[in-house]
Amino acid sequence: MEGGKGQAAGSDKKRCLKMADNRISIDARNLTKVYSRGNEEVLSVNDVSLQINKGDFVSIIGPSGSGKTTLINLLGCLDNPTSGELYLGGRPIFDTDRRLSERELTGIRREVFGYIFQNFYLIPTLTVMENVMLPLTFYRKAGSENEVDKLLKLLGIDHRKNHLPGQISGGEMQRVAIARAMVNMPEILMADEPTGNLDTKRSAEIVQVLKDLSRRTGLTIIMVTHNVKLAEQAGRLFQMSDGRIDEIYPQQNTDPD
Amino acid sequence: MISKFQVAYKNLLRKRTRSILTLIGIALSAWVLVSLLGFNQGYESALNKDIDNMGFQMMIMAKGCPYEAATMMLKGGTGLRYMKESIIDNIVNEPEVDKITPMLMQAVFDPNKGESGGISAYLGVDPRSFSAMKPFLTFRQGGWFVNEDSYEAVMGYEAAELEQRETGDMILIPEKNIQLKVAGILSRTGTQDDGTIFVPLRTVQKIFDRSGELTTIGIKVKKDADSTLLEEKLYKLPDVQIVSLAEVKHTIMKLISTAKVMVLSIAIIAIMIAMVGVINTVLMSVLERLKEFGILKTIGAMPWDIFTLVWIETLILCTTGGILGIVLALLLSRVADIVIRQILPYAPSGGLVVINLKLILITLSIILCIGLLSGLYPAWKAGRVRPLEAIRSDV
Repeated sequence: MEGGKGQAAGSDKKRCLKMADNRISIDARNLTKVYSRGNEEVLSVNDVSLQINKGDFVSIIGPSGSGKTTLINLLGCLDNPTSGELYLGGRPIFDTDRRLSERELTGIRREVFGYIFQNFYLIPTLTVMENVMLPLTFYRKAGSENEVDKLLKLLGIDHRKNHLPGQISGGEMQRVAIARAMVNMPEILMADEPTGNLDTKRSAEIVQVLKDLSRRTGLTIIMVTHNVKLAEQAGRLFQMSDGRIDEIYPQQNTDPD
Repeated sequence: MISKFQVAYKNLLRKRTRSILTLIGIALSAWVLVSLLGFNQGYESALNKDIDNMGFQMMIMAKGCPYEAATMMLKGGTGLRYMKESIIDNIVNEPEVDKITPMLMQAVFDPNKGESGGISAYLGVDPRSFSAMKPFLTFRQGGWFVNEDSYEAVMGYEAAELEQRETGDMILIPEKNIQLKVAGILSRTGTQDDGTIFVPLRTVQKIFDRSGELTTIGIKVKKDADSTLLEEKLYKLPDVQIVSLAEVKHTIMKLISTAKVMVLSIAIIAIMIAMVGVINTVLMSVLERLKEFGILKTIGAMPWDIFTLVWIETLILCTTGGILGIVLALLLSRVADIVIRQILPYAPSGGLVVINLKLILITLSIILCIGLLSGLYPAWKAGRVRPLEAIRSDV
């Protein structure tokens, strides 16, 4: 993947959307998200401020309804906040007066983020290789099969590249989803309950894969989980409760690996 | 790199039965449409060919129903009316007239024809003027009879095939017990001439005891002459009617237009059903995959990417269905021809459903346009999916 990162760094002008050369990857200031549920207003994220550095592997834990998924959606530009500011690599994304259209959000997402979800969401009629190469179709980028092969090898699923999603295990499906998220060399990987559908052994394997990716490629990873044991594998650990966030492990980049 | 086309194609394979049913719907619509357009074109050109092959543009007949007269001339028929041969003298000197040919049609019941007998038609013609008016007729065997009153016959291609006759053979006129020698057999023309037995005019008049009588006079108008003026002059002749073949064609096309409207309505309904089928298939497929589209947006797809992905699915369905329908129409055009002949009051000789490359391209374009229009709404809906809503949804 080192080679892959090198390619990302030396990439074309489209990369101007990517983050500037800034140590801080994500800077969220007083982010608040209020939902309307009928006549009732629900404060899902309440005045959250945090800074995530490049290469950090961050876990966010919390009980159901604590607002962790809403927060990761705001940080990952999947949603606009009700108030607050968000900077990616020093570049302002949301502030008090600035809200982005869906098209603008899509533009930022495709340049900066990779996403993985609990339910993998692979296209069942495409092979593993085709699923991984799919984002390149939308980027109109002629990615080589060799590079994708390397990625699949790194994730330990190269022997499954011609299989359909229905023919591989849940753990392998999540690895394919990670490969798909990584194929365009994102700056930040957002993982929302990536082990939610996996058994303990597979869950540990997936978190180890994410740790390796972060260590070997300098990728920033934000993982939401309610599995404390897995969350503790990350270099930084945040806990959410009633929309508020607290940092449990304040030390940064302390991964013993 | 995997193309959008591959993604769209593979997606259609997810619900094979649904995709195949939609394809069948589109194929049936394309079949009906191309057959209708082929009929529209084929009928008119077959009628034109029939009329052109008559060699004359106008005919004079004894007074009666003009439609019956026209049909009789085009198709052969009974219930004949007669006029005096002397009427020729009134026509031949008109300056607009180029050539004329007198004819006497006679029909007898032949118990040996077919399984339960049938009508045999004998057309008495003047060998010189008739052959001059139809120079395009060629012979498979032999040639025209020379004498005006010889007991000879020239058989149309199908008439000779049906009776298994060669030149020199004898044919018997039933009821009259008179034999005629086959002088020639015509090559296939694809017109009514193929089923006709031509006999010298004087011989027919003699055999059927119709001396000095005719059923029809064919008139070839001089090039650039005013045929309307000629018609007006001929209208003044007593006890005869003038049938202009342009008028006949117009009248027949008018009669046929009702059938055309009916078939066109069926085609429009078929297309609308296919259109609803396409919308249903693609929309169902879109609604089932809202979450998937949301995920595609998180991996870099722009609204236009999703829109084109769904549109390509529609394009694949319509192109494949359209081509299948056209192939079906080409294979079954003969069947359509037979069915149309059963329905229509009059059908000219030759192929009624003529499907050529131009029609194929027109049909394919219509099917594609309608298909792409049908795909617009589902594709637009898919393109508008917001990833967050899609991920949160229960679909």
